[in-house]
Amino acid sequence: MGEWSVARRLLLGGAAATLALPRLGRAQGGGAGGPIRIGEINSYSSQPAFLQPYRNAWTLAAEQVNAAGGIKGRPLETLHRDDAGKPEDAVRLAGELVNAERVALLSGGFLSNVGLAIADFANQNKRLFVASEPLTDAIVWGRGNAYTFRLRASTYMQSAMLVEEAAKLPAKRWATVAPNYEYGQSAVRWFKELLTRAKPDVQFVAEQFPALGRIDAGATVQALAAANPEAIFNVTFGADLTNFVRQGATRGLFERRSVVSLLTGEPEYLDPLQDEAPEGWIVTGYPWEQINTPEHAAFREAYRRRFNDYPRLGSVVGYDTVMAIAAMLKKASAVETEPMVAAMKGLQFQSVFGPVEFRAVDHQSTMGAFVGRTVLRNGKGTMAEWRYADGKNYLPSDEVVRTLRPQG
Amino acid sequence: MASGLTVIFGVSRIVNFAHGSFYMLGAYLAWTLVTSLPRGHLGFWGGVLGAALLVGVIGLVVEMLLLRRIYRAPELFQLLATFGVVLVVQDVALLTWGAQDLLGPRAPGLRGSTEILGLRFPLYELFLIVVGPVVLGLLLLLFHRTRWGTLVRAATQDREMVGALGVNQRMLFTSVFFLGSVLAGLGGALQLPRESVNLHMDLAIITEAFVVVVVGGLGSLSGAALAALLIGELHAFGILVFPKITLVLVFLVMAVVLVVRPHGLRGKPQPAAHGVAAAEPMIGAAPRALKLAGAVGLALAVALPPFLGDYALTVLTEIAICILFAASLHLIMGPGGMASFGHAAYFGLGAYGAALAATWLGVPMLGGMLLAPVLAGIFGVVFGWFCVRLSGVYSAMLTLAFAQIAWSVAFQWVEVTGGDNGILGVWPDAWAAGKLTYYYLALALCLGGTLLLRRVVHAPFGYALRAQRDSALRAEAIGIDAFRIRWWGFTLAAVAAGVAGGLFAYGKGSVFPTYLAIPRSVDALLMVLLGGVQTLTGPIIGAIAYTGLQEQLMRLLEYWRLVLGAVIILLVLFFPQGLAGAARAMWERRHGDA
Repeated sequence: MGEWSVARRLLLGGAAATLALPRLGRAQGGGAGGPIRIGEINSYSSQPAFLQPYRNAWTLAAEQVNAAGGIKGRPLETLHRDDAGKPEDAVRLAGELVNAERVALLSGGFLSNVGLAIADFANQNKRLFVASEPLTDAIVWGRGNAYTFRLRASTYMQSAMLVEEAAKLPAKRWATVAPNYEYGQSAVRWFKELLTRAKPDVQFVAEQFPALGRIDAGATVQALAAANPEAIFNVTFGADLTNFVRQGATRGLFERRSVVSLLTGEPEYLDPLQDEAPEGWIVTGYPWEQINTPEHAAFREAYRRRFNDYPRLGSVVGYDTVMAIAAMLKKASAVETEPMVAAMKGLQFQSVFGPVEFRAVDHQSTMGAFVGRTVLRNGKGTMAEWRYADGKNYLPSDEVVRTLRPQG
Repeated sequence: MASGLTVIFGVSRIVNFAHGSFYMLGAYLAWTLVTSLPRGHLGFWGGVLGAALLVGVIGLVVEMLLLRRIYRAPELFQLLATFGVVLVVQDVALLTWGAQDLLGPRAPGLRGSTEILGLRFPLYELFLIVVGPVVLGLLLLLFHRTRWGTLVRAATQDREMVGALGVNQRMLFTSVFFLGSVLAGLGGALQLPRESVNLHMDLAIITEAFVVVVVGGLGSLSGAALAALLIGELHAFGILVFPKITLVLVFLVMAVVLVVRPHGLRGKPQPAAHGVAAAEPMIGAAPRALKLAGAVGLALAVALPPFLGDYALTVLTEIAICILFAASLHLIMGPGGMASFGHAAYFGLGAYGAALAATWLGVPMLGGMLLAPVLAGIFGVVFGWFCVRLSGVYSAMLTLAFAQIAWSVAFQWVEVTGGDNGILGVWPDAWAAGKLTYYYLALALCLGGTLLLRRVVHAPFGYALRAQRDSALRAEAIGIDAFRIRWWGFTLAAVAAGVAGGLFAYGKGSVFPTYLAIPRSVDALLMVLLGGVQTLTGPIIGAIAYTGLQEQLMRLLEYWRLVLGAVIILLVLFFPQGLAGAARAMWERRHGDA
């Protein structure tokens, strides 16, 4: 017995020692005069297209906050971690940030399941978690908890914004196409439910659920065309969207049909399409070059100066997450979990898109999205006839929310 | 349809993860060349061919620098090396081309579409439909009508014999690898007008390619073509009938094909090796020094943790779980002699067993942990019965197919498993909620499990297991029921993995379909291979090295995959027997045979 234990134990001991050492020097990190540490976890290596601009803007925002004197004299310090898209790694990293690095709060999350895993960790360990991106409704409703807040407009809100436009169309026969995971499924579910409520005579004649990132675009397009719908609701994004648009255009799927599409107006997904970007789709998105409100113009200019690039929607999310955290820290009576949670409830702050409030009832922010039609300008896709849809107008009433969210 | 291009993967018989990377590189290089060359026919087609050739050269370099040095190592070890290449290429591509998806121009002259039977059909797809069979025809000609082709076919059957006949087999294999890389690059480059180029292309294509090759039968070009056609049709029509299960449909078909025709559609049974394959080295009792060091290590593992922080405890708990997981896989791979690409299935089933028991039945933690190995064991019995009847790569692929089926059930059965949102709130009972208590619990269970597995290897059952690995024929002759022995071995490994899974679920507080997914199976394989397949210490050291390395790198570096990949490649080059294997070799050199 014991051949195996040898190196095992030695290595374990060694590993443990290296793990334990850094803590000695860091013990002061959370002290009264030092920086306020934020632990940020995101899927940097698996979703770089969205998250690089996000991280850039995060850095920018933190620099701005610190240049303006920080929070009551204390600078912000962020520790970024890469979860590689795996919820189990995210949970481990959350443990590392909380226990070893002594961060004051957690933030981040891109994929819905990673967001939910961190939220559950936050609930179990009684830490504040400010979720930035995960769109799933479950994070504030079905599995909402006391310690989790979410910034981005949810799947429900964005679907509701699009239903408002879709109901104005004459189309009765609808087809849907969505990636086959929680986000796609719940977007289709809400869209169907809300549209049927608004227009009881609509029919859904076909639905396609290609695997995320693995769409067989030609086959999907043919299957949709075979049902001969009058309008299509699209939820695919990223590489799937690109392939779907290209195949759909060559096979004439979009001719004489209306298309309503979630997230397609975001530069992350519209720009790769270049001059093949579809025209006349009703989308939610972010027409960064046309929004000239003072807040947005200042943000765009600062971002351009710092990174020599234009902001994506990810940049807005990253920037606003830091600004929301900063506003919360200014309001909170102490940098401890309970006062910070209390400060988050009903927190109002000035986002890049305008004033936003974190609702006390379900911890969802009222950050909105832009709804408009896609057009081609100078060989690039962009949005026209857009308007800002304020999130607070697209959330169910407080009574409904209470039935959706576990109370107590 | 166009996946007829995947035919190319049938050519090279090396189990090669890096092929997916070559495919992706082909697409990226083609994008660069096509967009920087002048537009028009020359620019486009020249770019596509140029990219294919460039990828061929890259393949050549990889072969000469890396694979050539490890042809003597076990096949699975080559797999490990190519996996290192995959990691490196991913980060290099990210650094070179950036994160955004790239959309190439369409093919000049083939932009439009034509009407066939009232349906619009893109011209480019038609072109691909023609290209597929043409490439296939050329390859068939090449392999059956030229001297080079004959030599290659001879060499795949019996390398040494060909070498003995005075053929320079090194050059031969290098040229095959070059051809394979060119074709992979060409496949990628030809996708340019159809799809966007992105960083997920490599792994997306490689599983599909494996499926095609295996369904068709290893080494059979026509079989691969047939399988590619079948899978392509399945995609096209499958989504009309079952729009939600396209992912698993392919694996279901593969499972059925392998159960009915164990060597693929057109494959022949592998020719029996000449003479008797060298038996793997015996496993003896541990030398004294090792025992001593083990005892010291154990004492440290028990005595030190109370002085460590919570985070260190979490990591140690995870390492303990990984050790048991790796050890369970090792039981089938080392003594059992069967490779498994889907061992995560039992780990994940254990995790789901525990989580489902906790949420639906309200079972306390210990009950959930008891249920975890039971569920994993049941599926181990069922899946194992099919898997152990096959051999080699086919058996490994069948385990993969079952793992994928289990994964997609966890993923799609939203009402019960919560889909990809997983099951949350699976936290330990109050008495074990402390990190330290949980660590000791995990340590005790994993230690116990690993020791038990070790005991099993030394027991008569273990001898029988190793006997059937080294020579099934002789084992049968002395009255060992090889099939039953393998079957029990498989089930035992599944049960042990289930224990690890249950512990993992409670350690994390949540369960997700990723627990069952391919990357976790690959992790387990890497752990075992890194440590060394033919030593009992191997999986333990491998688990510690791999988990520790990945954890530290992910925390500290942005481009951790690059470093991890490079480390794996270096380890493969310098420790071809794995870490524990290398240590043993050194020990034996110094002290004589153990």
